[in-house]
Amino acid sequence: MSAVGYAAVAGQLVVVGAGAPLLTGWMRQVRARLEGRAGAGVLQPWRDLRKLLRKEPITPVGTGPAFRAAPALLVATTTVAAALVPLLSTDTAVSGHADLIVVVALIALGTLALALAGLDTGTAFGGMGASREMTVAALVEPTLLLSVFALSIPAGTTNIPAIVDGAVHEPARLASPAGLLATAALAVAVLAETGRIPVDNPSTHLELTMIHEAMVLEYAGPDLALVELGAQMRLTLLLGLLSSLFVPWGIATTASWAALVVALVLFAAKLVLLGAVLAAAEVFWAKVRLFRVPELLAGSFLLALLAVTASYFLNGTS
Amino acid sequence: MSVIPAALATATALAGAGAPAGFVLPYRLRIPVVGLLTAGVGVSGGAAGVAALGGSRWVAAFPGMLPPAGVHMAVDALAGLFMAVAGAVVVAVAVYGIGYAAGHGAHGLGSRTAQAVLPLFALTLVSVPVAASVSTFLALWELMALASLLLVLAEHRERASVRQAGVWYAVMTHLGLVLLLAGFALFAAQAGGETFAALRAGASTVSPTVRGLVFVLVALAFTSKAGAVPLHAWLPRAHPEAPSPVSALMSAAMVNLGVYGLVRTGLDLLGGGPAWWWLALMTVGGASAVYGILQAAMASDLKRLLAYSTSENMGLVLIGVGASGLFAAYGDRPLAAMALAAALLHVVNHSAFKALLFCAAGSVLRTTGLRDLDRLGGLRSRMPVTAALFALAALGAVALPPGNGFISEWLLLQSLIHGLQVPGVAVAVVLPLSVALIALSAGIAAAAFVKALGVGFFARPRSEQAASAKEAPVLMLAGMTLLGAACTALALVPGLLGDALDRAVAAVGLPGSGAVSADGLKVRLADVSATLSPLWVVAALTAAILLAVGLPRLYGRRRRRVNARLWDCGGGAPTPRMAYTATSFAEPLQRVFDDVLAPEQDVNVTPVRESAYLVERVRFQRRVPDRIEHRLYEPVLRSLAGVGQAARRLAGGSVHLYLGYGFAGLVVLLLVLAVGW
Amino acid sequence: MGLLRKIRTIGRVAEPAPPRPEGEQLSAAKELGGSVQVRCVDAGSCNGCEIEIAAAFNPVYDAERYGARLVASPRHADVALVTGPVTRNMAEPLRRTVAAMGEPKLVVAVGDCAINCGEFAGGYGVEGAVADVVPVDLAVPGCPPEPDEIVAALRRVTGR
Repeated sequence: MSAVGYAAVAGQLVVVGAGAPLLTGWMRQVRARLEGRAGAGVLQPWRDLRKLLRKEPITPVGTGPAFRAAPALLVATTTVAAALVPLLSTDTAVSGHADLIVVVALIALGTLALALAGLDTGTAFGGMGASREMTVAALVEPTLLLSVFALSIPAGTTNIPAIVDGAVHEPARLASPAGLLATAALAVAVLAETGRIPVDNPSTHLELTMIHEAMVLEYAGPDLALVELGAQMRLTLLLGLLSSLFVPWGIATTASWAALVVALVLFAAKLVLLGAVLAAAEVFWAKVRLFRVPELLAGSFLLALLAVTASYFLNGTS
Repeated sequence: MSVIPAALATATALAGAGAPAGFVLPYRLRIPVVGLLTAGVGVSGGAAGVAALGGSRWVAAFPGMLPPAGVHMAVDALAGLFMAVAGAVVVAVAVYGIGYAAGHGAHGLGSRTAQAVLPLFALTLVSVPVAASVSTFLALWELMALASLLLVLAEHRERASVRQAGVWYAVMTHLGLVLLLAGFALFAAQAGGETFAALRAGASTVSPTVRGLVFVLVALAFTSKAGAVPLHAWLPRAHPEAPSPVSALMSAAMVNLGVYGLVRTGLDLLGGGPAWWWLALMTVGGASAVYGILQAAMASDLKRLLAYSTSENMGLVLIGVGASGLFAAYGDRPLAAMALAAALLHVVNHSAFKALLFCAAGSVLRTTGLRDLDRLGGLRSRMPVTAALFALAALGAVALPPGNGFISEWLLLQSLIHGLQVPGVAVAVVLPLSVALIALSAGIAAAAFVKALGVGFFARPRSEQAASAKEAPVLMLAGMTLLGAACTALALVPGLLGDALDRAVAAVGLPGSGAVSADGLKVRLADVSATLSPLWVVAALTAAILLAVGLPRLYGRRRRRVNARLWDCGGGAPTPRMAYTATSFAEPLQRVFDDVLAPEQDVNVTPVRESAYLVERVRFQRRVPDRIEHRLYEPVLRSLAGVGQAARRLAGGSVHLYLGYGFAGLVVLLLVLAVGW
Repeated sequence: MGLLRKIRTIGRVAEPAPPRPEGEQLSAAKELGGSVQVRCVDAGSCNGCEIEIAAAFNPVYDAERYGARLVASPRHADVALVTGPVTRNMAEPLRRTVAAMGEPKLVVAVGDCAINCGEFAGGYGVEGAVADVVPVDLAVPGCPPEPDEIVAALRRVTGR
């Protein structure tokens, strides 16, 4: 594997790791401006993380190894997934291992680790967060895997670089009914996985409305920094996945430095745009009741199922 | 090769020695001796299986042994796989069982009957796949059922529910036997011979209707043994009530034989069949997967949760077997081979993690006396090794990397995803639905096992018994560690099984897919490919964890970690009762699937004696019943009871009536003979 | 669409930032580096100060632009914004809340009641001022203090 391939992987990791707080800051800023506020600035999440890393690490008495290990595991699974998804280039050092099912499963592993940490605290809110998070995760799985199925039909494989390559060379595929349905289904699934409105409100203070926040109420200092970074990286990664699958132009398909630089610039631009759209949407939407979330997810599941059947019937028996 | 018959003979001899030893020896000697002999049975049976997987074959017939049909035996790679799995599970569980029974006293698993039957049960587990004729197969099948029944009833003095579980198990397994007998008898009559070789040769001469009937009868029996809906009701009753080593053997070795029977009959003896067989099987598999794991997510009894999880995993295996048959029916043999390889790999993985889960649950049960998750908790500090091994097995059960369950599920999903190249509208509808059902069951499995691990082992103990729990003794830990090592090996280097799987699949007539190889899993069909390298995933995760742990340390100030009081929202110390119980954890999921589960709620208000307006006591009870049992079995049982009641009127008591019956019967018989049949 | 029109016509609501507050920056504040998470603790107030704190974080005063953010748990917080005289029942919870915060941490007493029990001094349910229960780093006098003053106090902590 050439140096460009390794550089691409390293670039993806750096962009997702360092760019995630920037994306969060940008989204908060967009939201603040739409709400008429001035906002704290795009760099504020970096300042938050820096401060958290320098704070005192705390381990509550009565928690165990699951609580200690969860933040690192969350960040680790998101990092490995970020290396696998072709955000900048389809010709990376790990293209052969990059399978969409593995990426979906790694993200689920991060969720699981955090849910176990919530239960490990033994507090009521930790258990509540874990219970709700696992329910939502269980209901999102079918949509995610069916979207994977729908995307792999035209490409003939679940290997992500192959899917993205195919999409780059045959753009008509994305505008087909199957492509649009899969986009919609995956978008709703991404909202559920990252815990954004309308599934969960990431900035709520009311514990009974929390899903993700409730599991992390006990974390402080560097552990909290990892948890927050993990959540931000997840958002960046999943938005990046959406852009790679449905707006793949700009991703380097050859191993060249110029293509990589172009890919980097375009990736940043796509994420800025997607982040702004999501933040603006959050201004207009409200969080739905917890027990309406399954209805929302069932709707996205139907879209994914329709995407698969449409893909099959329109592509013929390819 | 002579390894197989030698190993089988050793196994038989050891079991033959173990049974009387268990009966005759005093308590203190009985348990270790029988345990060692049972482990020996497992080792030799496993060795025979491994030899068969390595390419050896063996066929033998003993006409004199079981008159009038004689005993026929044949070992090929498919049989070898199931023998190897059963043998490995038997070894680990036997070692574990020595420790388990040693603390219990001379009743329960340590009693004479149970210890005498245990080696026999182990022998039947490794020898059912060896049977090569209908009578041998049914004889060994029945022996296995009886042995397991006796073992399930081992603790009948301790709990009344054991007897009820035994009755259910006995009835359902014999119902299966009757169906098997009917199916095989029909098949043998039409094919002109009862040995498997004769059946295989004569299958093509049998009419499609009869073949379909045979398949349905046989599939009903084998899916019931595997624990698939709708004939699964014995599983969640028998597994919790049996002693834990027996539960482990049943869930990790016995239910596999249902799958073995299905693959052997459907794909080998009948030689495949029309698509509707396999679509029906996939439907059964998909329904089992989702229904099983949903019930597991609702269960607060740890062993019942694990039993329903077995039902789910067998459902996944049945989806794989059904897909394999479906693809073969449409002529895509390489894809069929891959689907079958995925199903068989899942059988192996499931045996490893399910046996470990049941053994860990047995450790907990033994030290706390509790199966109820709502009253457990805080076990990770009191039983660290058991908790760690349970977590390892649970990782396999939730089918997420780096666990072993993920690998077989990945392969299964790959075979289903590539299945759309097979023509047919039914295929186009069933395959996406199967993928959706597999995904849903995987998601709910994650919730169920987070519940089992988090509520059962983490946080603080919710009862006296849980607070006074102690780590399991060394032998139990040894058995569990063996299983843990197997889970880890299967998770990291599944390539060890690669050639063996290919040979097992080839034994059914499908070409080897080469899917599992030394450097991970490769799916290479025509011009498409996808790869999964479990070792790479683990290495990447480890590197990423080190990065995630190391970078903050570089950047942060060197502050010492502080142990602080749990944040209890400021008021009062958090009591263990404040933590989420298993029931509360499952409540959102129960609400979502309300229509499927139909929970029953009872509110009993007891007023004070003097006045009806003052309440003395209110009792609230909520149950999640097994709805299939409720809707399907109860009407059947009620109508049977009704028929029985009606039949009582036939026995009127009058001698004249009985003489009349005899006379009428004689007249009918004479008429029939006269008409000439 | 009504909301969209409103956003377009109203535009920015936040008032221009007043000049940086005077006063030496607290040492703990220097460590925080411009990012401050705030946990509000009502130790027995009449809710007047709560309303002013809520106003300080609304779009008009927008305390978030200076780097302060409200959080749900003291473990996530650097600053405890305590209001009201400390009642007997809230004394222990207040101590526990402040103990649950990690170093470096600050306690800001908001309102006259928090500083010297204000109107409720001597009441039978009142334990004392906040400084009697936990060490106070910054005080914001007023009954209730104006949102500007609360924002100024927060700016002294964030340094922005």
